[in-house]
Amino acid sequence: MHIHKYEKIWLIFGIGSLFVFLTIIGVSAFAKGNQPPSCLTTIDPEKVDQTPPFNKPGLVKTGDNEYQLNMVASAFSYTPSQVEIPKGAKVTINVTTKDVIHGFEVVGTNINMMVEPGYVNSFTKTFDKAGEYTILCNEYCGAGHHMMTARIKVVDKQ
Amino acid sequence: MNETLKVDRRDAKLALAHIYVAFIALALGGLAGLLQTLVRSGKFTLPANISYYTILTTHGVLLGLVLTTFFIIGFQFAAVSRTAGTFSDRVRFWGWIGFWLMTIGTAMTAFFILIGEASVLYTFYAPLQAHPGFYLGLTLVVVGSWISGFAIFAHYARWKKEHPGQVSPLLTFMAVVNMVLWLVCSLGVAATVLIQLLPWSLGLVDRINVLVSRTLFWYFGHPLVYFWLLPAYMVWYAIIPKIIGGKIFSDSLARLSFILFLFFSIPVGFHHQLMEPGIDPFWKYVQVVLTFMVAIPSLMTAFAMFATFEMYGRSKGATGLFGWLRKLPWGDARFFAPFVGMLFFIPAGAGGLVNASHQLNQVVHNTIWVTGHFHLTLATTVVLTFFGAAYWLIPHLSGRVMTKAMNRLAIIQTIVWVVGMTFMSGSMHFAGLLGAPRRSAFSTYGNSPQALEWIPYQIAQAVGGTILFIGIILVLVIVTNLAFFAPKGETEFPVGEVAETAERTPLAMENWKLLIGITVALILIAYTIPFIDMIQNAPPGSKGYKLW
Ligand code: HEM
Ligand SMILES: [Cu+2]
Ligand SMILES: [Cu+2]
Repeated sequence: MHIHKYEKIWLIFGIGSLFVFLTIIGVSAFAKGNQPPSCLTTIDPEKVDQTPPFNKPGLVKTGDNEYQLNMVASAFSYTPSQVEIPKGAKVTINVTTKDVIHGFEVVGTNINMMVEPGYVNSFTKTFDKAGEYTILCNEYCGAGHHMMTARIKVVDKQ
Repeated sequence: MNETLKVDRRDAKLALAHIYVAFIALALGGLAGLLQTLVRSGKFTLPANISYYTILTTHGVLLGLVLTTFFIIGFQFAAVSRTAGTFSDRVRFWGWIGFWLMTIGTAMTAFFILIGEASVLYTFYAPLQAHPGFYLGLTLVVVGSWISGFAIFAHYARWKKEHPGQVSPLLTFMAVVNMVLWLVCSLGVAATVLIQLLPWSLGLVDRINVLVSRTLFWYFGHPLVYFWLLPAYMVWYAIIPKIIGGKIFSDSLARLSFILFLFFSIPVGFHHQLMEPGIDPFWKYVQVVLTFMVAIPSLMTAFAMFATFEMYGRSKGATGLFGWLRKLPWGDARFFAPFVGMLFFIPAGAGGLVNASHQLNQVVHNTIWVTGHFHLTLATTVVLTFFGAAYWLIPHLSGRVMTKAMNRLAIIQTIVWVVGMTFMSGSMHFAGLLGAPRRSAFSTYGNSPQALEWIPYQIAQAVGGTILFIGIILVLVIVTNLAFFAPKGETEFPVGEVAETAERTPLAMENWKLLIGITVALILIAYTIPFIDMIQNAPPGSKGYKLW
């Protein structure tokens, strides 16, 4: 099939840009570790309250300046609903749900996860800026969906 | 069964029936859309305890599923009858069966949504559990559409048999590709509804595998958007050239782009699941690569369209780099509305690439940015093209002509849509970048300073939504006029001819075994391993919840 010369130029330029984009995404994901949240750990959604670490939700220190924040989502709240994090801490957030699908978005950051029954989802982030952050549910979960929220306070270390 | 210039009256009735349902869905769904923007502005609350999410489910189902499917099937019936000849009585009979199944299914689904038994949004993610009647209604819609698909296939097969060694008419070929795409992808949604959701909502089984259900849904959900888009491309490739008085740039490249859509629009559902647990990031990336491939046929389409416009303008004596732009029939709504749709596809497509990129998706996933995105692709590009097609299709089918006054009103309608959508979709994009979630009633999230920043954008959305609703009233006035009140007469069903300079189309393009074989192979490559993983490592299933 014959393709017009200008169309060839256009397609080479277009497809070339697509491959440049894909390379950037790929290098960022596989070489620099910027993968989307894709935790493979499973959990019994009806036994969340008995399963560690979700039997004691909250912030846990795991190393020098390293923390785990374990949170439980359920209609229509997060536990804990207030968290204080020392500034500069590297925090691995683990979330799961006791009922339906929820979202876990920290507004103004790239923390954005789907929280699905039966699975733990996880994302690691260093909190460099002090201040208050809003956590909200961004996946429809029922009548109180838009009321489902929590706060993170990033505070200067004493 | 020769090629006719006019759609047979009996086929016209079938096509029109579909189009009427589509515009009724637009009227009701548009009202819901207006109410949503008003609620989200924070200045208005719904009366009588009506839930925001009931309204939103209505909007999504009526506009995302009903308006689109009915208009597309009606349009394709007309296009196939026009280019491959009048239907046999049997094909037409099955077309009507398909129509009634879809209509009864729609009525059933709408009933259970409106009585508040199915506020699960149009994506109905488990383990939220709707009334079984909701799932049953959707099943009827899908089964009805399959029957109509097979009616089109049967008619196409007969044409091929009666024209051995000939290339099929372009519009018929395109309609067949779109229905094959629809059939292959809707198997996924049928599987989750029939095997998982329906038995579970009836209480026959207790628990459901949520991730499998979502994956089957999105195996369907992305090609769904191409099922919406391809009929718009049919209008652009095969009809617009005739409306402006030009020629189709290349028949074979048009077909090639449709074939590429068939290949690449299905094995990409994970780009809607990039933020999910339980799926290995390697497989997410594989599908992101395939997602980018589906941009290629759109690049080809953009080239073909502008080549057609330029060739036509130059044939009319246009000079200079852009002189041909002035030769285009700007005052003809049949051209103007789809052309504006094309322009909007440029930012819309760029936004789509943003959504498909892992790291950027993390910023916009489930924010109102996404809603802004598909009100450009679906609710502007596709819908304005459908409106533009309705302006000749309806009078052709109803035996009437569009008056100058109606044409003017249609031009105004297009401009109203552009203004309304620029406000609404634009402010949705901005608010989304600031983190405002989609699918959420008004909330300040406990007076969070960040949520308070979104309010001006939400008010802009309500302004845009109000203007858009005026646009909906205008198009309903035009469509009602064209169907029932416009002066009687003959309206052309424009079908473009191929430019003399274009080459002959290779017959291999209609080797369906090969085309479907490649489609299935790509699906198996993209899905087999992650899907087996999901089933083998499945967590305990979920009970149903009714949390509204
Ligand atoms: C008057 C014109 C319209 C207005 C004011 C409007 C408004 C809206 C708003 C505000 C939302 C998002 C609500 C939320 O996420 O909380 C929405 C969602 C949606 N709109 Fe529209 N829209 C209009 C026309 C259309 C058209 C013509 C289509 C399709 C052909 C469409 C398809 C959709 C779909 C599929 C959703 C997603 C529903 C969901 O997320 O569950 N809209 N619309
Ligand atoms: Cu929610
Ligand atoms: Cu998609």
